[in-house]
Amino acid sequence: MPPSAAARLDARDLASRQRSISVSEFFLKNRHLLGFDSPGRALLTAVKEAVDNALDACEEAGLLPEVWVEIERTGDETVRVAVEDNGPGIVEEQIARIFGKLLYGSKFHQRAQSRGQQGMGISAAGMYGQLTTGEPMRIVSRTTRRHPARERIVSIDAAKNRPEIHARRDIEDWHRPHGTRVEIAMVGQYQHGAHSVPLYLKLTAAANPHVTLHLTDPDGRTITFARTVRKKPPRPKRIQPHPHGVELGQLIQMLKGTEATHLGAFLRKDLSQVGKRTAKAIIERAGQGLTARSYCKRIAREKAAALHRAIEETPIRSPSSDCVVPIGAAGLLRGLEQQLPASFYTVASRRPAVYRGNPFVVEVALAWGRRDAAHVEIDEDGRLREVGDPSEPDRARQPARLVRFANRVPLLYKQSHGAIHRAVVETNWRRYGLEQPSGSLPHGPMTLMVHVASVWVPFTSESKEALASYPEILRELSLALQTVGRALKKHVRHERRLERELEKRVAIERYLPHVAGAIGDILALPEGERDALVERLDGLVHRARKVA
Amino acid sequence: MAKKAKKAKKKSRTEEAASKAETTLRVIERTARRVLDAVKRGELPKLAVPSRTLSNVIYEPDVGHFELGGRTKARSLDLRGARPLAQTLRLLALSKELVEADDFATKREAYYVAKGWGDCRFDEQSASDAILDDVEALAAADGLSREALGFVPESHGGSVAGRLIVIDETPPVGPVRVDCAALGSGAYTVPRSLEHLSFESDAEFVLAIETGGMFQRLSHHRFFDRRPCILLEMGGVPSRATRRFARQLVEQLSLPLYVFTDCDPYGFANIYRTLKAGSGNAAHMSHLYAVPSARFLGVTPRDIVDFGLEDASQPLTDTDRKRGRDAIRNDPFFRAHPAWVDAIEELLEMGVRAEQQALAKWGLNFVIDEYLPRKLAAPDTFLP
Repeated sequence: MPPSAAARLDARDLASRQRSISVSEFFLKNRHLLGFDSPGRALLTAVKEAVDNALDACEEAGLLPEVWVEIERTGDETVRVAVEDNGPGIVEEQIARIFGKLLYGSKFHQRAQSRGQQGMGISAAGMYGQLTTGEPMRIVSRTTRRHPARERIVSIDAAKNRPEIHARRDIEDWHRPHGTRVEIAMVGQYQHGAHSVPLYLKLTAAANPHVTLHLTDPDGRTITFARTVRKKPPRPKRIQPHPHGVELGQLIQMLKGTEATHLGAFLRKDLSQVGKRTAKAIIERAGQGLTARSYCKRIAREKAAALHRAIEETPIRSPSSDCVVPIGAAGLLRGLEQQLPASFYTVASRRPAVYRGNPFVVEVALAWGRRDAAHVEIDEDGRLREVGDPSEPDRARQPARLVRFANRVPLLYKQSHGAIHRAVVETNWRRYGLEQPSGSLPHGPMTLMVHVASVWVPFTSESKEALASYPEILRELSLALQTVGRALKKHVRHERRLERELEKRVAIERYLPHVAGAIGDILALPEGERDALVERLDGLVHRARKVA
Repeated sequence: MAKKAKKAKKKSRTEEAASKAETTLRVIERTARRVLDAVKRGELPKLAVPSRTLSNVIYEPDVGHFELGGRTKARSLDLRGARPLAQTLRLLALSKELVEADDFATKREAYYVAKGWGDCRFDEQSASDAILDDVEALAAADGLSREALGFVPESHGGSVAGRLIVIDETPPVGPVRVDCAALGSGAYTVPRSLEHLSFESDAEFVLAIETGGMFQRLSHHRFFDRRPCILLEMGGVPSRATRRFARQLVEQLSLPLYVFTDCDPYGFANIYRTLKAGSGNAAHMSHLYAVPSARFLGVTPRDIVDFGLEDASQPLTDTDRKRGRDAIRNDPFFRAHPAWVDAIEELLEMGVRAEQQALAKWGLNFVIDEYLPRKLAAPDTFLP
């Protein structure tokens, strides 16, 4: 039986319905992918995208970033977010496109470490605002004192993925010589805790010790996270992919698209860390009649496969470290000390490694104990004393706090997803003297700060919450975690030794008044001399006992 | 000069006791001073207490009693030593208080006094006893007994009867003369403290007797009238008071001392050896308590044969055998005396033991009429 004519659609009917989908339309239907699925999260995402852009812009222009975040409650469910920076500003013609067109930006096509990478975030935030309140974005930007600041009221034509400018105005007396301010009205909720704007800014400050951030919250309170270093981090270099991370398909794509004519030039120019000698070694190893003068565009699939194998087998220098800029041990320490008071810090900074041709660097910092929690201190005289408030809750039995960063941006959502969490959980912390229920974070009064910097961070989704578990990344993470683990073990051992030593000294000191009293009774010493004797005995005990 | 000599000559027991108290105080103060001086020099105070473990107990045949070797344990202000150091010093302070007040405390009383010492208190009496033994060992090096420190034994000593007059000057009653031959059916009891006693006697020897029964028989039948002697009841292993009393008698009256016990390893190795050479766990006091001149009258293994006691004997128990073998193998006193090794080996071979009372097989007073006279006729045959 043929199906009834009414129920059947033929190919022509289908074709009439098929048309390209605008990214903006796609976003409207899938806004959760970009991190706008709840009012609380939407606000944080908007702040995050705006701050990321501001920091990237400042750094690219070689300016020490200072960013002001203002959140104003405008209704029961609505807020207005304003993010202003002291960056280089945006040239007049670009303002509308940067904020009013999705997937427009300078970062997607470059191989350089930056916070934003898709060119999606800030315009998505604007679109979310527009969608929930109907209000367009307000942008003010100024590039130099010589020109006025330009104000634009911009919305996005979702169907065409095109900016629509509603109003333009010049502001002669804008208070900033250069910089950009973006204001978005949206349905949003200012919340506290693990997914809050202040925590995000605090962690951003910890990972960016050269940055100053200000927050004015809906209650009008202002918090400042001040910079602890005045030195700008070095500009990451733009680089070509490292040969050892390039997959075959990617190699074929690159051979097709290259501007080089010959294979030798292609290897040297389109891949990093390949010089004349390495190129020659690769070509010789590949065989198949390939030479340095082979035409790239004519290299067939099998030859490309041989070439790919040869690349894999040829030793090639590690990617140069100047393409990824780690926060660095000193910076990490400064940031941590400022934002997370603790009694012990240790940092592990790995050398750059490569996944799929992308250099990356893993850094781990660990803050242990709380500065105000009770612990034992030793002074120059070798005396031990208990400092801190013993009534402080003991966090020994609570899971460690894990704070993840990618290109200096804190990742607040999907805590237990992705490579970083997996590497922490798979590390055997029991070896370093901590408790760790299987498949969980270690327990202890500890904050782990893990940073992955890369020219291209492999996020598992557009909302940039977790990193994909490439084996190379997992390996580097695990090595760095082991390094801080070993340092922690040493410290904890020292801490416990001090605690045990204090216990011993307390046990000994208990008897000093008895010794002095008995001596005093036998030799009929006056009260004052007995007290002095206790003091002297106490001093002698401390001097005699050494703490390794 | 002259005055001083006269005083020394006329020194009564009470004056002697007073000077002894001064010595005690001096020793205590010197110990405390040493600790204080170390602190003033900037050193952690240390108290070297003689080690009282058996491995530090030695027997010198020339000296004739057990003594402590040179090993000491250092009590210092470390985790292990702080508490015992404080306790030792506090007990010394207590001792000073006792001596100054002419008072005394038993070990148990000392234990309870220390209950008020907070962190220095003892959890069990065995703990305070051990520290007290340390204090005693410390003072013994200066010739001071525990009694001199004001710590007296819990129990008094055995009974005494015979040719002995005890002059007791203990205040406040003043001089009391006790004639141990004129106490009727009773006997004089060895007191806890001998500091105020002196003796007069015309006895030829002292006879230390293991059992109360035998003591009563000899005392009742006034054996000391036949042979001028002093009868001393030990009641098993002699208490410290008894040992000290025996030592004083022998020393002050220059008398030989003969020991009369059951014929079994306990009689030899525990009773006789302790009286003569001291015991392992009080080796630090042997030089004050031991009577190295003591000789073993009987009952010897040979006596069992000589006096036909074979059918009045009992088989050795496992404990007896073990004790006998242990004495031959490990006890330095017996190992230094081949005659004793032979005697014990003989007994082990015979496989029997004989009590003092076994002599009654030949009549209740056989011991008085036959055994003792025959034995006493040849004191040079007594076991060493």
